[in-house]
Amino acid sequence: MASQKVDYQGPILECKNLCISYFTRAGEIPAVVDFNLTLNQGDSVGLVGESGCGKSTVAMAIMQYMGGNGGIVGGQVIYKGQDLAKLSNEELRRLRGNEISMVYQEPMASLNPSMTLGRQLMEVPLCHEDVTEKEAWERASQMLADVKLPDPERVMKSYPHQISGGQQQRVVIAMALLSNPSLLLLDEPTTALDVTVEAGIVELIGDIAGRFNTSMIYISHNLGLILATCDRVNVMYSGVVVESGTVKEVFDKMRHPYTKGLFGCIPLPSANKNARPLVPIRGQLPLPHERPPGCFFGPRCDFFQEGTCNVGSLHMREVPDEQNHTVRCERWKEIDWASYKPVGLSTEVIEKGDEVLSINQMKKYYELTDNSIAALLKGDRVRYVKANESISFKARESQTVAIVGESGCGKSTFAKVMMGLETATDGEVVFNGSDVSNFPVQQRAPDLIGSMQMVFQNPFDTLNPSHTVGSQLARVIRKFGVESEPDRIENRVMELLDLVKLPRDFARRRPRQLSGGQKQRVGIARAFAGNPSLVVADEPVSALDVSVQAAVTGLLMDIQRTYRTTLLFISHDLSLVRYLADRVVVMYLGHIVEQGQTDEVFAPPYHPYTEALLSAVPIADTSIKKKRIILEGNLPSVMNPPKGCAFNTRCPRKVGSICETDVPPHVEAAPGHVIACHIPIEELRQVDPVIVQTTAEGETVPAAE
Amino acid sequence: MTDTTAGIPRRPSKALEFVKGILLLRESIVGMIGAFLVLFWLFVAIFANVIAPFNPNQPLVPLAAPGTEFVAAATQQVASKPASEVCSQIYENGTATDQYDCGTFWLGTDHIGRDILSRIIFGSRTVLIYAPLATFCAYFVGVPMGLAAGYRRGMTDGILSFIANVILSFPVLVLYVIIIAFFGASAFNIVVAVTFASAPGIMRIVRGLVLDLRNREYVFAAETRGEPGWRIMLIEILPNARGPLIVDSCVRVGYVIITIGVLGFLGLGLPPPNPDWGGMINETRQMAMTFPHMTVFPCIAISSLVLGFNLLADGMREVSLRD
Repeated sequence: MASQKVDYQGPILECKNLCISYFTRAGEIPAVVDFNLTLNQGDSVGLVGESGCGKSTVAMAIMQYMGGNGGIVGGQVIYKGQDLAKLSNEELRRLRGNEISMVYQEPMASLNPSMTLGRQLMEVPLCHEDVTEKEAWERASQMLADVKLPDPERVMKSYPHQISGGQQQRVVIAMALLSNPSLLLLDEPTTALDVTVEAGIVELIGDIAGRFNTSMIYISHNLGLILATCDRVNVMYSGVVVESGTVKEVFDKMRHPYTKGLFGCIPLPSANKNARPLVPIRGQLPLPHERPPGCFFGPRCDFFQEGTCNVGSLHMREVPDEQNHTVRCERWKEIDWASYKPVGLSTEVIEKGDEVLSINQMKKYYELTDNSIAALLKGDRVRYVKANESISFKARESQTVAIVGESGCGKSTFAKVMMGLETATDGEVVFNGSDVSNFPVQQRAPDLIGSMQMVFQNPFDTLNPSHTVGSQLARVIRKFGVESEPDRIENRVMELLDLVKLPRDFARRRPRQLSGGQKQRVGIARAFAGNPSLVVADEPVSALDVSVQAAVTGLLMDIQRTYRTTLLFISHDLSLVRYLADRVVVMYLGHIVEQGQTDEVFAPPYHPYTEALLSAVPIADTSIKKKRIILEGNLPSVMNPPKGCAFNTRCPRKVGSICETDVPPHVEAAPGHVIACHIPIEELRQVDPVIVQTTAEGETVPAAE
Repeated sequence: MTDTTAGIPRRPSKALEFVKGILLLRESIVGMIGAFLVLFWLFVAIFANVIAPFNPNQPLVPLAAPGTEFVAAATQQVASKPASEVCSQIYENGTATDQYDCGTFWLGTDHIGRDILSRIIFGSRTVLIYAPLATFCAYFVGVPMGLAAGYRRGMTDGILSFIANVILSFPVLVLYVIIIAFFGASAFNIVVAVTFASAPGIMRIVRGLVLDLRNREYVFAAETRGEPGWRIMLIEILPNARGPLIVDSCVRVGYVIITIGVLGFLGLGLPPPNPDWGGMINETRQMAMTFPHMTVFPCIAISSLVLGFNLLADGMREVSLRD
């Protein structure tokens, strides 16, 4: 019996006063409180918030998939008039995948690695509808074409590990859409993907929402993505919705202090660093069982008023004259946003010193020996993974140089060569006058190691969970020969904790008792233990929440200012790079494609890859218009890089066959600004800027510098 | 707690943390049962001198059934009087010179006349000394092998894994028989044999754990500081592998107890007259059909102790996985 999707008049989904709790060893933890949502056909709503705010919990509750220790303790979830809590398991099974679908964060974890993609896709119609296998195959192939996967027939026959991350996510979206669901839930679907891939997926989602008229709930922590995909947005904080309204209203005329704080933490490319510095939100997210009475955001709010804000429980207040804009704040009418000028991070410009680091034509090739007979006969037993190819740039004292690129561009290899975990195949890395490219770390003197340190990406893994924070810092201090007497080491540990603004008794704590942001601060303290003159920061804030990112970024900048350290900041977050960096180096497949001062790189002339990167970054500003450039194809294999220009297989501005045969020349557009491209520099100068801002008068100007 | 003068906080007691960890076990019923059994036998082994009614090596009345009362011949005054009356008289009059003069063979005696209960009680000492010792030695050998193989990979891993595979491919019992028969049966040789046979298995477990842990960022951070390999293996990696290893050690002690029992059963265990549970079963098995009490009780003893360790390991695993 083919399931008939009854055309339902009325809201597809209604959540009324939904309360969800987890039941753990420590008791009941209320995860979500008083959640309300009305979703009509064709709507797309965004749920935005930081980790721990309960947005994924809401999605799980809608699917009635709470797991062993979670449960809905109040309110209702009504789908097309039916209360989902009252349905049996069998009825829920018929709904899931069929009428309500979900797309998760990790595409590799969502696909079964031991089944072909075709079989997995076909499962959807075969399970829920009465179709033959042939029909299921046809529909699956058609859907793969709809999600813009090239060569659907080949993909149907492949296994998940044979396609890239972006393609896997497209397959997952195809699976979710195959049965033409009425409701699509997307839980951070692009977090695990590169920026350019993300742009493609975001565009796809917008497209299908229109085409299939599916209602969508999009969960993310990235406000720029919400702007690109949703009509309405709900901002969540610590389990409650604090503001709800259309995207335009919430983004332009926000009313809740938390929303304002969130926007203040995000570096917008349209913002001048000096006119609009980053403002971190002070304080910390309260633990679920330690929420304050009244407004949960109260302790961190600049407008907190004793007696008004900390009594009873707050309700959503309506903002008149606006389309269904509600805010959970008692004082929203009194707050005058125009006069609110919070103190942001210092934007003092530091004077740069002498050259500290000079990298000349550094190459790093990894050898792969193929021991098969076929390779022996063909004569190419040894193949090279060309991870880094002719890297050249310079860095001065107290300068911040950002290295930008996506996965596979060679930035981690570059960091490893710098730190001495690998030795360069060719070229030189001159640090403070001596060439370190051939010195593995075991051969380096302790003070050299101490003067070149690294801050790592994943704060959750960066500290050893079995040792206390203090002992780990003490070890580093001893290793670098900074101090040797136990008392003085102890003092130095305390000084370091003060430096990163952590309380001194953290020295006795184990890492599991610290939050992500606090762990990253300890990671920074560890890197600065030896008074380094160069710190390589490998995506130090990308794994952190937005508000914490601003605070930790500010900390890094402060320390750099005090110690005059050179900072090599590896990142893919172009907005943050624009805010922080003095110079930018853009890498693609092991090559540097563009480098220069930040302002120069972010304005024309652009290298085509830089242009595509800039257009891919989601920006949470309604007045910005971006050029739409979507890169086709996949990153080429590093073992078999394209001849000529590495970017020629995907370049939207490919000139002709010269791009495939000749290595592009390095052309200087301005002193210090170098672009590696065959296109004449004058032509590149004429290109329109990627990011333009519509000012109040209605004119378009390039995003402010 | 902060010492305000120096601004340096006090160190919390490590012993307190350890005790708190142990008390977590209360949450698992299975773990509690296991802990009870192990602690019971531990208690028995420690206080064997006080608990055992008779000298384990002294032949008294052969093949007595369980529950038989006994009065030492030297102090038996009137044959017709029931033993309990005689015994109580002896104690009242205070003439009993040897505490073993009077008592009951609760579990009977073996073919030579030794009290089985006392032999089991004293035998627990043997088991509870040698099994953990052998396990510890096996870990002492297996853990460094596993660390080296997992961290260094390449040739080191190749060679060590090959050696481990060769040893593991031998049928375990044959291996033991070969070693003991060749070198002779003694406590030391048994420990060596157990170490030799168990270390490869431990090496494999540790290697698996290390292969996962070496990719963590804190290991990478230690490498960027130029820490030497041994330090990374012992200080950065090993403490984080302790969870599964503790659980494994409990289970492994159980296996070693069985192994020592089997060796005893094969006649390769500790030489007599040391009471050894496996040896007890071996010596009495020919008459097992007619006098089952001689073999059954040592079997129950072995089973209960091994069960105790296994349940304890299960309980620990269960508690560590729970939220």
